[in-house]
Parts: sequence; C-alpha cells; structure tokens
Amino acid sequence: MHWRHLLLLPQAKLCLHCMLALPFAWMLWALFNDTLGANPAEALSRSSGDWTLRFLCLVLAVTPLRHITRTPELIRFRRSIGLATFFYACLHLLCYAWFDQSFEIDEIAKDLVKRPFIWLGMLGFVFMLPLALTSSHAAVRWLGGKRWQYLHRLVYALPVFALLHFYWMRAGKNNFDEVWIYAFVLGSLLTYRLWRWQNKINAKTQTKH
Amino acid sequence: MRFRSDEGFNHKVSSEITPLAVYEQRRVFLQQLLAAGMVGGAGSTWSQVAQRPGKLAPLNSTTSTLVGAQATDTVTPYKNASTYNNFYEFGTDKADPAENAHTLKTRPWSVEIEGLVKKPGVLNLEDLLKLSPMEDRIYRMRCVEGWSMVIPWVGYSLAELIKKAEPLGSAKFVEFVTLADPKTMPYVGSRVLTWPYVEGLRMDEAMHPLTLLTFGMYGEVLPNQNGAPVRIIMPWKYGFKSGKSIVKIRFTDKQPQTAWNKAAANEYGFYSNVNPNVDHPRWSQASERRIGDGSFLAKKIKTLMFNGYEAQVGQLYAGMDLTKNF
Repeated sequence: MHWRHLLLLPQAKLCLHCMLALPFAWMLWALFNDTLGANPAEALSRSSGDWTLRFLCLVLAVTPLRHITRTPELIRFRRSIGLATFFYACLHLLCYAWFDQSFEIDEIAKDLVKRPFIWLGMLGFVFMLPLALTSSHAAVRWLGGKRWQYLHRLVYALPVFALLHFYWMRAGKNNFDEVWIYAFVLGSLLTYRLWRWQNKINAKTQTKH
Repeated sequence: MRFRSDEGFNHKVSSEITPLAVYEQRRVFLQQLLAAGMVGGAGSTWSQVAQRPGKLAPLNSTTSTLVGAQATDTVTPYKNASTYNNFYEFGTDKADPAENAHTLKTRPWSVEIEGLVKKPGVLNLEDLLKLSPMEDRIYRMRCVEGWSMVIPWVGYSLAELIKKAEPLGSAKFVEFVTLADPKTMPYVGSRVLTWPYVEGLRMDEAMHPLTLLTFGMYGEVLPNQNGAPVRIIMPWKYGFKSGKSIVKIRFTDKQPQTAWNKAAANEYGFYSNVNPNVDHPRWSQASERRIGDGSFLAKKIKTLMFNGYEAQVGQLYAGMDLTKNF
C-alpha cells in the first residue's frame, strides 16, 4: 500500500483529532497538577492564544502543502484543523471574559471600545464564527459550493487580525521575535495564494489571445 | 522492642526541663497571634508570625513602626514571589529570572554614589548593610501588567543613605543605575530595552520614608532573581520603577531618562504612580489580579489610588495633573 493511502484511513483522522486535542489535554493536566506557575489564569490565556495562532498557520498550510507535495488527500484534514483553531479561539475568549472580566458584559463592552488590541482579537473571533458554523457538509450543500467558497475566503483576513492582536500584546514587552516568526509563516502562506491567483489570471489572459 | 514509658517527663539533667515561665510564654505567643489576627486570616507583622523560607541567609531586622509599612493583606507565598517577576536582564518571561539568575554574582558588590552630592564615593555592600538598622516592612506590590503581590521586604529608608551623602541644593532627582553585565546576565544586549536599566525619582520621592533601600525579603537576603543584593522599593509606584541590583546612585538636576520611558514614552511615564483612573493604552489599570490568593478563579480586586498609599504620598503630587504626569 502506498503511504498516501494511509492518509485515507479513518485511523488517520482519529490520530489527527488526538493531536489537535493534545494542547487542551496538557492545559487541563497542568491546571490540576498546579504546574502553571504563579498566575494560572494568565498562563491559560496565553497558551490558548498561542495555540489558536499555531493552528491558524497549520490550517492555512494545508492547501499549499497539497499542491507542493501533490498530496490531495490532505484536504480531509482541513476542516478538523479549522475547527480546532476555532476551539482554541473560543478558549482564549473564554479566558479573557472569565478571568480578566468576570463575565461583566458592560466591562467587556467598555474594554472593546477602548482598546484596539481587544477589538482586533474580537474581530478575528467574529470572522471565525461563520466559518465554524458553515463547516458541515450540509452547510456546503445549503450554500452551494461557489458561495461557500466565497464565504470561506474570510479566513484570509484572520492572519491580519491575529498578528496585529499579537503584536500589540507583545509591544508591552518590546519583544517581537515571535511576532516576526508568525508574520513570516502566515505571510508566506498568503503570498503563495496571491502567486497562484496571479498565475491563474496570466494563464487565462494567455489562452484568450 | 523497648518501651519508653517516661518520655517527655523524666529528665536526667534538670536544665533540660523547660522553666515554667518559658512554658507559659507559649500561651502569650498564641494570644499574640490571635491578637495580630493571624488565626482570623488577616495579616500581621512578618517577624511575629512568619516562618522564614529557609533558603538563604537570614537578615536581622525589627518590625517597622512607620505608618503604611505594615500592609494587612495576606502575604503572597514566597514560592510565588520568588518565581514570578520581571527582570529582563534574565529573560522576558516572568518565569525566566528564577531560572537564569543563578549566574548573578552578588559578592563583592559596591554602590557608587555620584553627582551633585557633598560626599560622593563608593560604598561596599558590607557598609551599606550596616548604614542603618534593618526593618521589616510589608508592602503591596502592583505590577503595571495588572497583577499584584504582598511582600515582606527587609531594608531601611533610602533617605538614611541620602542624608549621609549630603546632596547639594541643586540636586533635584535621583537616578538608579542597575547592573548590566553581559557575562552574568544573558539577556543584557537584547533589543527590548537600552542597558543598563535606569530608574529615577524626584528628590522628595526618594526622601520619602516609604522608599525602601531593600536588601531582603521574607526575613532573608534577596534571591538573585528579585534584585539581589540591593534594590529599591516604592510601594505606590508600578513595580518596574523599583530597580534591581543597583550599582550606582546618581544625584542630578535633570529628570533621569528611565528605561521604560525611553522604550515607550506614551505607555510608561516618569512618575508611573499606581493610578486606577489612568489606563495603560492597551489595558485597564482599574483592577488587578492578586497572585497566590488560592484560586485562579478569584475575582480581580480593585486597584487603589497610589496602591493604597495615598495618605502617605498623596501630598507629593498635590496640584499635579496625574493624567498628564502618568
């Protein structure tokens, strides 16, 4: 059997789901074993944010990887990774609303208006919502393939929100090394798409002449 | 098997017997604990109740009688205070200093007194330790990032040192230069801040008795990661104003160029007094998370004006626009 066929096995998806759940399992383990340090609330908030960013990189890497390695099977994993990204974003938002704001809605509202750092994060979350809600096969059928695809192009705005949110957070410590690394990765993944798009346009205009 | 039926009551040597007067003191001690409110959960003075962590050399000190020097909040566990703090010379993560600061060499150590003073010179650590009697003071510590601790420090008012240096009338500010040794401090040279880390105070702030020249915490000498062997503590200012591992104290007529103010003047002012009404551009300063309060789900607490030291230091800033002079 060719190794690519392994990607089509149901076990492959199970494996992936386990891996996507690992950071969450680690957070729970650390929480109950009191290894999150002096400020567990902050540790959880930070690590859920970090994992949102990491999975965003991963989900945006699926298509370039499919093309470059000629492994179309990878498409099977995209939805799970996308939903995992959303899951960690939900955790991140929950940490903020719970630990930082004690679910006081008026405080959250004030915070949103005041701080670009917060509203950018929230905007990212708002952009993720329709993507998560229309992730099922039923939703694709209901919307129709073309419209579903248009809607899901919202994902390309997420790196911008996520990176600015991260940049402002790190600005407090003047510590941008990690921000630049993520910017490079996400920038490359978006550039790849621009490049493909440009090629397609060129190909079209050439066939017309 | 041998049975000892007489344990605790038969003594071969009479001097082993606890005198009745001493025995009865235990009651007094317990009563003092009760009176101090320890059993009831409220705080009391450190030397009365505390167990030293037993990690480092103890410092001889007496409980400070200065008004404002005995916060009644529950003291933060030593474990938290010594493993969660900012000391960028050892890394930007708050767990980094405890991991990396073992390389810091705190002996021999000296502090240079220079600038507009009658008596400039170099004081070695031994002289500094003897300059004035050590006091135990329990201060609230509010970090600009929105968390806080309650820490029992050991030291004496910086004013004692300043008086001995005899500043000239032209000295309006005091600048604290901290160690920047790339050999022992792995992150000196990182682009995060300019090194050495410099902090400063107006002369009247420096002379305020609450400003503590600090040599220890929890009854022992400072752990390296907390700014050993000598640092300053101003409990009414955000934590970053309280420079660590000081090597130079300079008296000047100009407002010092302080580290965070140089890095981001719109975010960190020269004064940086704790003020719940003036937010940091990226987060609120209205509340704070008290570290080590048992549950991470505990609600944040309201931040107090001047970190609760308004009665003591408020007059230093009378008539000033604290929104402009943040």
